[in-house]
Amino acid sequence: MLLTTGLGLALLWAPEDADQGPSQRIFYIHVPVALTAYLCFGWAAWKAFRLLWKRDERADLESYTAVHMGVIFGLLTLITGSIWAKISWGVWWTWSERQLVLFLILFLFYSAYFMLRYSTEPGPRRARSSAVYALFGAVLLPVSFLAIRLAEQLLHPAPLFNRDGPQMSASMFITFCVCLAAMVTLAAALYLIELTGKRADASLRELREHLA
Amino acid sequence: MSGYFSDVAALARKDLVVELRSRDTVPAMLLFVVGALVVFHFALAEDSSRLAAAGMLWIALLFTALLALVRAFVAERDEAVIDGLLLAPCDRSAIWLGKTLSVFAFLALAEAVALPAFALFYDPVSWELIAGVALANVGIATVGTLLGAMAAAARARELLLPLLFMPLAIPIVVGGVGATLADDPARYLGFLALYDVIFAILSWASFEYVVTE
Amino acid sequence: MIHARGLGRRFGEKRVLNGIDLDVDAGEFLLVTGPNGSGKTTLLRLFAGLIVPTGGELEVRTDRARIGFLGHEPLVYRELTPLENLDLYGRLYRIPERRERIGMLLERFGLWEARREQTAALSRGMLQRLALCRTLLHEPELLLCDEPFSALDAAGADLLLDELSRRNARRTIVVSSHQPERLADRPTRLLSLAPG
Repeated sequence: MLLTTGLGLALLWAPEDADQGPSQRIFYIHVPVALTAYLCFGWAAWKAFRLLWKRDERADLESYTAVHMGVIFGLLTLITGSIWAKISWGVWWTWSERQLVLFLILFLFYSAYFMLRYSTEPGPRRARSSAVYALFGAVLLPVSFLAIRLAEQLLHPAPLFNRDGPQMSASMFITFCVCLAAMVTLAAALYLIELTGKRADASLRELREHLA
Repeated sequence: MSGYFSDVAALARKDLVVELRSRDTVPAMLLFVVGALVVFHFALAEDSSRLAAAGMLWIALLFTALLALVRAFVAERDEAVIDGLLLAPCDRSAIWLGKTLSVFAFLALAEAVALPAFALFYDPVSWELIAGVALANVGIATVGTLLGAMAAAARARELLLPLLFMPLAIPIVVGGVGATLADDPARYLGFLALYDVIFAILSWASFEYVVTE
Repeated sequence: MIHARGLGRRFGEKRVLNGIDLDVDAGEFLLVTGPNGSGKTTLLRLFAGLIVPTGGELEVRTDRARIGFLGHEPLVYRELTPLENLDLYGRLYRIPERRERIGMLLERFGLWEARREQTAALSRGMLQRLALCRTLLHEPELLLCDEPFSALDAAGADLLLDELSRRNARRTIVVSSHQPERLADRPTRLLSLAPG
């Protein structure tokens, strides 16, 4: 697992050389990180669904870990997005960058997820409430995106900044895909590491109880 | 089917009567919303746009709603009365629907006071605004009731509910403010309706998972 | 009626019930004894379906409409009158001839005079008698009573004992108590729980 992570990171550095403008560089990290975060939240929602539908208790830890991953990558998205904004336009934050605003909302939402887990006693109820909330998060994603678009039209009728949608040449596309694969692999590796750790914790606790 | 709705009616009636007799929440809501509108006058600059005033109205409504929602399940949970409902053979979602209907009624009452106050203090109230408020009401009541049940089982529930609810409330605010001010309010009202339908179904379906132990 | 194998329930870190094996047939009277904290309440709440097991299996061969649960809390709304409370439950349990049945129960348990008072004004004993009405309203097949004598007044206790005596093959009774002397001659089965 660690090997894959290392490989992923190594691959990240290589494409940077094949770049055009320096400001574009961050694009290769920012967008894959964002997409990975979406993937994590989607996975969390899927596991949440399985918990509720099939009463698969194991899915609670899986969903929770996936949300954790999603939040980490979401935070990275916000940071890289902020850096990109600074490089491109000279400001640390802009409301007209839809991706960024969406992630801000999601970050708030899933942070509340952790508050929910923290405040509720462990047990079937906490697992189910968390699962429902994770599902709501997945639905909130597209709805928020729509809302942001609508808000834009209302509040910022003339877009202040133009995001150049990258017209990708073949080499850029390849580097993008490689970075995307690397990010997803990284996320998966972290996910599995954390999940194994959590499962080990749980087994240890159960063992202690049986002995007590 | 008719059994389901008679359950809902009985439960909604129960919530309304309990609140009317205890007089805990509704008077506080009414006072709060008017008070908030007054405070906002001092928070807004002299030449503020209509946008700012409309935004403030929506914030006031949102926080007033939170007052009601926090308390929605607290009493039943603290005295464990909710167990009585959970023992009964009625569908769990009927509990949610009954509670949502009563929350909707209380919110509507608060809005019936807030909107005239807003018209008095700030700007006249248009039909689009009223429609927006009505649709937003549905969204707030449905999602808020579900989240209220989630939070009621946790510690620090008064803190948790606003946290859980805020991100979900953002689309509602967008829709509402848009309906108030945009040139084509229909689009925003349509969005609110979409939100309502999606999240109402989701809340209806997931309530039983949240309320049972 | 009730079948349990290795039944367990954990609350957070604490394991309240562990490895309960039990079979109760219809018409039996099970008395659950044990000191405080041994999990009597948890066991009865599991039977009632208010909580789910975290370990083992549990099968209760009747549906919610036929279970009556009398717990520590009366499970009635303070702002409603006894009449309104029972009417609500009567509707939810789809009781035929609701009014007559409610009237009959209120009368039998000595609450008829107080039927239109706010429940918050009733004494503890009367509250628990109201709870008993709520429990028996729908003529349950499975009657679960969790330490019922702790909150009942003398009149209520007599009425409950009377009710528990009316056993027939269709009604299964489970009572938990840490003072089992009152019921010494009635149970057909005994379960003793120890803490942990």
